[in-house]
Amino acid sequence: MHNSEYVVEMRGIDKIYSNGIAANQGVDFLVKKGEIHALMGENGAGKSTLMKMLFGMEQPTHGEIFINGEKVALTSPTVAIAHGIGMVHQHFMLVPSLTVAENVVLGMEPKKGKLFVDFSKAIALTEEYSKKFNLEVDPNAKVMDIPVGMKQKVEILKALVRGAKILILDEPTAVLTTQETVELFRELIHLKEQGYTIIFISHKLKEIKEITDRMTILRGGRSMGVYNTADTSEQEISRLMVGRDVILTVQKEQALPTEPVLQVRDLEFTNDWNRKMLNKVSFTVRKGEILGIAGVEGNGQRELVDILYNFAKPDAGSVTVGGKPTLGLHQDKLRDMGISLIPEDRMIYGIADSASIEENVISDRFDEKKFNKGPLFNMRAIHAESERLVEEYQVLCKSPQQQVKMLSGGNIQKVVVAREFSSDPVLIIADQPTRGIDVGATEFIRKKLVELSRAGAAVLLVSADLNEVIELSDSLVVFHGGEIVAYFEDTRKMDEMEMGEYMLGLKRQSPEEVRRVVHEK
Amino acid sequence: MSNILSSILTTSFAASIIRIMVPILFAALAASITEKAGVVNIGLEGTMSLCALIAVTCAWKSGSTFVGVLGAIVLGILLSLMIGFFAFKFKTDIILCGIAVNTLGEGGAVLLLYLLTGSKGDTQTVMGAWSLPRVTIPVLSKIPVIGEIFFTNQSVLTYVAFLCVILVWILLYKTPLGIRIRAVGENDHAADSVGVGVYKIKYTSLILCGILCGMAGAYMSMSYMTMFSKGMIAGRGFIALAAQAMGRGEPVGVMLSSLLFGFAQALANYVKGTNLPARLVEALPYAVTILGITIYAISTYKRTRKIRAKQEKKAQKKAA
Repeated sequence: MHNSEYVVEMRGIDKIYSNGIAANQGVDFLVKKGEIHALMGENGAGKSTLMKMLFGMEQPTHGEIFINGEKVALTSPTVAIAHGIGMVHQHFMLVPSLTVAENVVLGMEPKKGKLFVDFSKAIALTEEYSKKFNLEVDPNAKVMDIPVGMKQKVEILKALVRGAKILILDEPTAVLTTQETVELFRELIHLKEQGYTIIFISHKLKEIKEITDRMTILRGGRSMGVYNTADTSEQEISRLMVGRDVILTVQKEQALPTEPVLQVRDLEFTNDWNRKMLNKVSFTVRKGEILGIAGVEGNGQRELVDILYNFAKPDAGSVTVGGKPTLGLHQDKLRDMGISLIPEDRMIYGIADSASIEENVISDRFDEKKFNKGPLFNMRAIHAESERLVEEYQVLCKSPQQQVKMLSGGNIQKVVVAREFSSDPVLIIADQPTRGIDVGATEFIRKKLVELSRAGAAVLLVSADLNEVIELSDSLVVFHGGEIVAYFEDTRKMDEMEMGEYMLGLKRQSPEEVRRVVHEK
Repeated sequence: MSNILSSILTTSFAASIIRIMVPILFAALAASITEKAGVVNIGLEGTMSLCALIAVTCAWKSGSTFVGVLGAIVLGILLSLMIGFFAFKFKTDIILCGIAVNTLGEGGAVLLLYLLTGSKGDTQTVMGAWSLPRVTIPVLSKIPVIGEIFFTNQSVLTYVAFLCVILVWILLYKTPLGIRIRAVGENDHAADSVGVGVYKIKYTSLILCGILCGMAGAYMSMSYMTMFSKGMIAGRGFIALAAQAMGRGEPVGVMLSSLLFGFAQALANYVKGTNLPARLVEALPYAVTILGITIYAISTYKRTRKIRAKQEKKAQKKAA
């Protein structure tokens, strides 16, 4: 026991995995009681590893951990929970078919008699905490029926009910809508006022500025120091994170769009649950331009991309690329036509995670003549190609033969992009191309997108990141309720506040104004 | 055709359905528990076979059918734990473990039978006939029709089987263990993160599975028949897996689907006596299995669609 102003004191933490990778080196992480402390860093900087050690899921190779001044050995999550540490994971640790109350008490179920669960006590307990901390949930609802924002509240409640005084939140806003994020921040501040300590993992600069008191920045497994949030500018933070000044605005020349490439006309789609997801959607993407699609998620963007890449069939409408209809064609044919896709879910549709980088980058071109020698592969040509791409796209790896799943999120996305951008695409459909990846990779991918469009590709960019869609796109449409409600011909001249109103469905342009996006006389 | 109908609409036919469904019910309940815990145990067939043999052997050695059932239960637990041991400790594919137990059950039972009796066919000549007590429930058996079908001269294990439907339901939905079993089966990370021992729960589910499988085996050799004979399980372990799937692993659903399979088998037995082609008739229970699962799949698909549409509407209303 030693006196300390810190509730969490991690000193000289090293974590070296058995495969030799050093995830943390000499990290000091100190959190004061009752503060919201940000843990920042790019993907692969060692944030998650550090927090896993604090929550007992991993053990440090060297170093000491003190909780409330007492030296502890956190050997399992159970031990960490006993020391008052709770963690809200990025992927929720909930059981979908159980009710909210059952999830809250799982593992510590109140009993009636010796054998049975006391369900009314479980509900009462959930309600009590829910009220005390302003975390509104329905204890009787099954978790599978509740929205993401409420699931997160259940996770926080789970930690609080177990007596957590220190909460670790792993990128809590990644899955939330704007409104849910606002609500979460209000709840977190409420918790802080009641003396709880919150560790907030994120790489979104704006959020960090908004809610945290202090921050620790990690880079390459080492701590870059502790800073007061109020005294540190966004530019400074990003320099500390990536070690150079990231240009937060993409430099791009004026677009000079020419002939139409992708022409979508009167697309309609009804989903499995009988809900109309697309209603008479028409637009054109021309050669040399980036057309952005903005909108709150769930307003038909995903369905549109699915249809464009023939993962779903529309009820009505037509899609042509370079004048040729594409609906119903196999993805293989779409690739032959020069249509590239950066899918929203890169782990499922973008890569094969247990295959190597090399296998992934040639997966769309392995049948080309230059990669084959009779019935066998021409491995020399394949090695040369993959090495070239790894270098050009700056994929951080040991070798192109490394398994893709061993890479960090940003580098995995670079592998996807290396394949999709190097096939001389006529049309690039980029669906959330930089979601959840670090600043460096984001900047790289954005630059490449602009480069390709200026070289003559047509780009359709779907992104929930407002900054991204405004900065990258030359012109922009707004989706709301499965319809295009606004078209901005020049993003540089548009008003962000006004766009917000279109996104929320408060305003819409006249059909004639929207119709301009088809670029037909 | 009317002949068949008249022979079906008898209490003895109904009683034969019960007789046939009991082992399927035991095994399907066993499968339900492991399935809920996320453990796919396809080794029911082999487990039942060995348990059936050990049941008569223990009864013969001790002179008590009760000891026979106990022996079968102990072996059932050991075999199920063995599957868990290899699957969890040594990371063998659990399907392969199940196949191994099934192969062991088929060949091992014959080998053991030969070592014990010198016969490769059945235990009858050396061990004699063994039958669990048959019980007629006093008051209840007086109820017309139902009393005669359910409560007259049934094996004790038949009553136990139906009791187990209720017990398994209570276990899964009213006890801490049940909640943990379901949590582990659906999201083991969630269970792990709140300190619920995932493997402890999986092993526990296998022990319960073993107990039920043991009783299924004992019923086969000491109630359904009065001896062990080679190949007597005849796919019941697999039909039980189908019953589990069709009943969505819910005890009552599992009971109803076991009843359906019992009915199909009983029908096949009755129709055998008529001039309908025998092979065709023998295929009936299996055809019903396929049909049942198809209907089940279609209905769940439609139901989820309906429920989702309803939820969607609710959400829209709320938003408006």
